[in-house]
Amino acid sequence: MNRFVSVEDVSIEFNSRGGRFLALRDINLQIAKGEFVTLIGHSGCGKSTLLNLVAGLLDPTRGVLLCNNREIAGPGPERAVVFQNHSLLPWLTCFQNVHLAVERVFGGKEDRSALNARTEAALELVGLNHAMHKQPHEISGGMKQRVGIARALAMEPQVLLMDEPFGALDALTRAHLQDELMKIVSRTASTVIMVTHDVDEAVLLADRIVMMTNGPAATIGEIVDVGLARPRDRLALANDPQYHAVRARVLEFLYKRHQRPAA
Amino acid sequence: MTAALPTEEISDARLARAARWKIAYEWLAGAGRFMVFNILPGVTGLALFVLGWEILSQHNAQLPGPGKTLDAALVLFADPFYNNGPNDQGIGWNLLSSLQRVGIGFGLACLIGIPLGFMLGRFVVLSRMAAPIISLLRPVSPLAWLPIGLLVFQKADPAAIWVIFISSIWPVIINTAVGVTRVPQDYLNVARVLQLNEFRIMTRILLPATLPYVLTGVRLGLGVAWLVIVASEMLTGGSGIGFWVWDEWNNLNVEHIIIAIFVVGTVGLLLEQAIMLVAKRFTYE
Repeated sequence: MNRFVSVEDVSIEFNSRGGRFLALRDINLQIAKGEFVTLIGHSGCGKSTLLNLVAGLLDPTRGVLLCNNREIAGPGPERAVVFQNHSLLPWLTCFQNVHLAVERVFGGKEDRSALNARTEAALELVGLNHAMHKQPHEISGGMKQRVGIARALAMEPQVLLMDEPFGALDALTRAHLQDELMKIVSRTASTVIMVTHDVDEAVLLADRIVMMTNGPAATIGEIVDVGLARPRDRLALANDPQYHAVRARVLEFLYKRHQRPAA
Repeated sequence: MTAALPTEEISDARLARAARWKIAYEWLAGAGRFMVFNILPGVTGLALFVLGWEILSQHNAQLPGPGKTLDAALVLFADPFYNNGPNDQGIGWNLLSSLQRVGIGFGLACLIGIPLGFMLGRFVVLSRMAAPIISLLRPVSPLAWLPIGLLVFQKADPAAIWVIFISSIWPVIINTAVGVTRVPQDYLNVARVLQLNEFRIMTRILLPATLPYVLTGVRLGLGVAWLVIVASEMLTGGSGIGFWVWDEWNNLNVEHIIIAIFVVGTVGLLLEQAIMLVAKRFTYE
């Protein structure tokens, strides 16, 4: 198995008032090129921390992270992040938000019209060319999240990192965006790591589901191969025994063996 | 005896008319409520103020009442731009020269204060270096700076501008610096993932994200500048609304002093409202 993204013996500690706090320990994870991996676990288990480590927004206390055989030493546009709360700049239009990323990645190599074309193509990919020149406060939550995805995709990243991208959306919008994301990912053959706390989302989207134990000192408890053929259809999957088997396994992990700690 | 109601009469036309009446009534009721709860108290307050003033002036022969002041104001504003030599100019000229001083002094304060505030907000070391100086100098009374200005510039006019500058720069610096430190981490994470250079971070993220704070600083600074101008012109003399107040005091023309107070208040209010309008334009979400 090729190791496109590789997390090797990674631990991370934070300084807190009560001293050093071990958030993640002994994480080992290999992700192949073009693979879709979801990280699932109860809140506070450090799944977002693991994603931020791959993004380079955090540095590990021990261990090493590699991407395309290079050590991850900081954030970079080759590992684009779709943030949980979309993080669009409210003073820029959707077009300008995406363009900022496009300009940064391709500005040195391409002329202005090519950059504009890339920006428009990215917005078209998420079906937002009609709202291109609106500001974020003029569009819905689902549309904002789609702009966030367009911004990430427009950078043509080696890895797409998504931190609960659909967490704040209503169920119908979420389902719609999941379907869109599956289409986009199959078209672009992206490598994706997505954090989620939604079991159905994890099974529907992922090739492998990484299940994390509860913190503190959380680690990977188990990894499940989903093994469902693509393209996947959410209606057909409702009657698919494999889908239910995987789903049951994840549920069992989360609610039987690693129950949410008393809050 | 037939009591057959003309049912056709309760027709669409009649319903529509009723609906229109209802809308008109509700609009009137809404406007009435607005008048009673929002406009009326303000008008009553002003009326009570004028009444109190009138009563005070009845018991104090030195203090001109509202009527006398209004008469003097009508004469004064009939010709605001006369010029009978440097010591006798219309109120318009005096007002303009005060505004000019504030414009220059406060403009310089913004020109230096905003970039300085940005640097203090962006670089912790600088902020720690500046903290004791700012804490020490900020509470100093504006007029305490005047002798320094006179000493350095050897002239009254730049000294007055200096006082405006030094007393209005603090809120600009402090609010800008606070604004920069309060830029949401999300936006800075975007900058980090995109690896934007410092110039792009400045123009695309820090500047727009900080603008509301900067404008608050500008509003407070301008308020201070307009507060200080009267006092500093009283001391430096020559021209300006402060000088005019002092001059009219020497002439014992108390009506004009009261008029000046209203003029200063009105201009201050207008300046503040103008900045609030700008700030509204640059507030997101």
